[in-house]
Amino acid sequence: MDSNKLLDAGTPARTSATTVSLQIDGVPVTVPAGTSVMRAAISAGVKVPKLCATDSLEAFGSCRLCLVEVEGRRGYPASCTTPCETGMKVKTQSKRLADLRRRTMELYISDHPLDCLTCPANGNCELQDMAGVVGLREVRYGYEGENHLVAEKDTSNPYFTFDSTKCIVCSRCVRACEEIQGTFALTVTGRGFESKIAAGPTNFLESECVSCGACVQACPTATLMEKSIADAGQPDHSVVTTCAYCGVGCAFRAEMKGNEVVRMLPHKDGKANHGHSCVKGRFSWGYATHPDRVKKPMIRASITDPWREVTWDEAIDHAASEIKRIQKKHGVGSAGGITSSRCTNEETYLVQKLVRAAFGNNNVDTCARVCHSPTGYGLKTTLGESAGTQDFDSVDHADCVIVIGANPTDAHPVFASRMKRRLREGASLIVVDPRRIDLVRMPHVAAQYHLALQPGTNVAVLNALAHVIVTEGLAKEDYVRARCDVAEYEKWKAFIGLPKNSPEAMAKVTGVPAADLRGAARLYATARNGAIYYGLGVTEHSQGSTTVMAIANLAMLTGNLGRPGVGVNPLRGQNNVQGSCDMGSFPHELPGYRHVSDPKVRELFGAFWGVPIQQEPGLRIPNMFDAAIDGSFKALYVQGEDIAQSDPDTKHVLKALASLECLIVHDIFFNETAKYAHVFLPGSSFLEKDGTFTNAERRISRVRKVMPPLAGLADWEATMMLSRALGFPMNYSHPSEIMAEIAALTPTFQGVTYEKIDRLGSIQWPCNDKAPEGTPVMHEQEFVRGKGRFMITDYVPTDERTTRKFPLILTTGRILSQYNVGAQTRRTQSSVWHAADVLEIHPHDAEQRGIEDGELVSLQSRKGETTLRAVITERMQPGVVYTTFHHPESGANVVTTENSDWATNCPEYKVTAVQVTARARRSEWQQQFDSVQDQQESLLPKGALEKGALKGDVR
Amino acid sequence: MDGKKLVKMANEIASFFAAEPERKTALEGIAGHLKRFWEPRMRREIFAMLDQGVSGMSEFVVAALKEHRAKLEPAGK
Repeated sequence: MDSNKLLDAGTPARTSATTVSLQIDGVPVTVPAGTSVMRAAISAGVKVPKLCATDSLEAFGSCRLCLVEVEGRRGYPASCTTPCETGMKVKTQSKRLADLRRRTMELYISDHPLDCLTCPANGNCELQDMAGVVGLREVRYGYEGENHLVAEKDTSNPYFTFDSTKCIVCSRCVRACEEIQGTFALTVTGRGFESKIAAGPTNFLESECVSCGACVQACPTATLMEKSIADAGQPDHSVVTTCAYCGVGCAFRAEMKGNEVVRMLPHKDGKANHGHSCVKGRFSWGYATHPDRVKKPMIRASITDPWREVTWDEAIDHAASEIKRIQKKHGVGSAGGITSSRCTNEETYLVQKLVRAAFGNNNVDTCARVCHSPTGYGLKTTLGESAGTQDFDSVDHADCVIVIGANPTDAHPVFASRMKRRLREGASLIVVDPRRIDLVRMPHVAAQYHLALQPGTNVAVLNALAHVIVTEGLAKEDYVRARCDVAEYEKWKAFIGLPKNSPEAMAKVTGVPAADLRGAARLYATARNGAIYYGLGVTEHSQGSTTVMAIANLAMLTGNLGRPGVGVNPLRGQNNVQGSCDMGSFPHELPGYRHVSDPKVRELFGAFWGVPIQQEPGLRIPNMFDAAIDGSFKALYVQGEDIAQSDPDTKHVLKALASLECLIVHDIFFNETAKYAHVFLPGSSFLEKDGTFTNAERRISRVRKVMPPLAGLADWEATMMLSRALGFPMNYSHPSEIMAEIAALTPTFQGVTYEKIDRLGSIQWPCNDKAPEGTPVMHEQEFVRGKGRFMITDYVPTDERTTRKFPLILTTGRILSQYNVGAQTRRTQSSVWHAADVLEIHPHDAEQRGIEDGELVSLQSRKGETTLRAVITERMQPGVVYTTFHHPESGANVVTTENSDWATNCPEYKVTAVQVTARARRSEWQQQFDSVQDQQESLLPKGALEKGALKGDVR
Repeated sequence: MDGKKLVKMANEIASFFAAEPERKTALEGIAGHLKRFWEPRMRREIFAMLDQGVSGMSEFVVAALKEHRAKLEPAGK
């Protein structure tokens, strides 16, 4: 349950243009119309006893504890379900009310185990509190009668228990699952005395429950209880910080006992999540103190040598001397760095500064290269800014939602819950995805259109949608002519109106029936507010940037930009993808997306840093690999990124890494990339440092240190040491000083300070003189580039084609319980839901190949072969198979190709021609992987890490 | 650098800009993209291949490289 209960106002806040004034216990109070008497009472400083009410849920009125008296009315209405009316005079305390409440509590307690002293909720139990509040002194009924005091505790979920003996059937958990999470996994079975909370027919683990924790948080007793609290006891203090998983960027209260985290609770005032969470942020934080954490720096001369544990000074001196030696021998351009979307803005800023100022080149890139770099290119080109246009709250005003190439219920679950709530309220939904993702049909949500396109044909679908809108006269011409470059629009309009872009012509390519495309186009174009949400299913294609531009075209064409409820919304994969891009991590851009060729920008940074900035763009990650293989790139500093597992065409990546003379890996775990490293610098988790993350809605939130770095240094401190050793001293004593420098040099961050973030909770950039408290919705009056620019987006098929030898298309993605390369989540109990990557295949394709469910099958492409267990499912369309990349030994990227987006080199993860065959044995690559794993484990210092540390599973 | 890969990348850039109705705009688009996003050693390599008459480059790429050579060729080595 939520230990934040003192701040609970009982029922949700209401917004209304009108107010009502009333008296509660003689205290005058004015509240928005629709506010409950309970909430009004709390705003007047009067607490009404309650059990079934909490301010995250609509009032239910079942516990009969919050009764009040209203002058001139008969009876004792529940204050939670009674709306305030003007002139009302309410009494919350009287002898009669006290008697009624005490009798109600007596009934509750007569069927409740009296083990308070040994109960895990002791000191944080609303039932216990209410017994005290109503003055319960005796239970007259005895405990001999029929009761619910004997029942087996459900411990099946790895993170929380369900003890029905402590349940008061207040339904808060059921309502939380429905209203907040939108999963509808819980129900009340039976009636009257037989009423029980149930998660499906067996237990929580086997139910539809997604372990978001909303029910546990809502529970007023110890019925639903975190195992971590049962083990450790109640926390002694808490610190508000930001989750280090996906791009939703949820605010959490890290609840602590000393330096130990005992619970992560979603922060009610968090503006990205409003008190909600998912299984990863809420529960999957045990990795931070997992025994696999590397705590000492290590060095070695070659990748076949044993590692040697050394001091920070020795490791840094060795790394710096190697970089200097290599640059002297092979030139300034032979070294580079990769920043991390899992590190803070301040750390990312320092790494790009290190490369540009201390290495003396622009060879810096970031993991956004392999996910959202096309978003940066596409939105900058069309709208003028490399970022999403809205805040998450905007979805509350959307009337039609398009979800394209995104699977929010798995990858951005907290935002998905918000979106599902709006869909349950009646907004229409169009899903564009080759797979039947959960959103297509789930409890109380059904897509009006599921455009199940062939992988690689996003542009064809979007062009066809635009074609319908233009040719059927549904475009918002007034908006376009006022807000956009009219000459570019006319040119684009002539292109999009061509018959080749019609749904009928495109149906052959996309596989989507023309009637569905026409229906979807009309639905979006005629909605009052149409919003587009997209993910890596848009960007990770050979036409990724073109697709982003086609999305922007569609939004401009329908006037769906510049106000709440609309917009172009990239759902970012990792927690700080937006921030790492903002901070100048791309080789062609300094912080704030300003090109290195601009002399004024170079002069600004050059003067501040005291070194000249190179005017030519540097190498992007795939270019670095090619240059390493050709021998012109020899040294690489990688912070918080596992390129050996996450980047496509693994054999090519490993060949490049093995070609380097100095690879410095800076990470919390000895990851796949570290197997090819010469220097290992132990990193710090998000719990061990101060800084900021920027989420998908441009929201800058504080990351706050709750424990000292396990290896002694935060990542920003280690980067400073390396820079100093290279002869370019950096002297920051706290990350707030780094942010001050960012603000001084970056117009969109000009008004950002730690003090302001602390005061406001978070800030959405741009934050400057024009918008001192940030910008929830961009492009309100005009586009950042002035006039919006329509771009011609001709459909160009990918080079990756199916053949008789490779007749299926493989597309990749992620699932709810695991995150990215799995380095964090594999080291938590969440592996119970996904212990290995699997291959999803349609029953028809499976039958043709004689494949049975659960069988080990071979997955082969032109690039390589791996094996996975097959899962036969109709989620897939015939001809398309799917897997994830959360486990290194699965080798999903052994199969993916070097094809990439034409503009940004973002890999085409989503389209690989493959064959799948039955009855497989582990592939040659996997056997080689096992052998490298064993060899590298044997080279680790004795006692430094436990056996199995390279595998990285839960122990 | 892998010359074959550079040619493929350049051709893909050209296939985007080739949709421009004005050829001049298309060639400027291709050249501008190479200038803004390709590291000097990549541009040097593709010019070397152009000079050697390596096959496989699209007509748009060849035209853009020739027409905008002065702007695209990096200074020094």
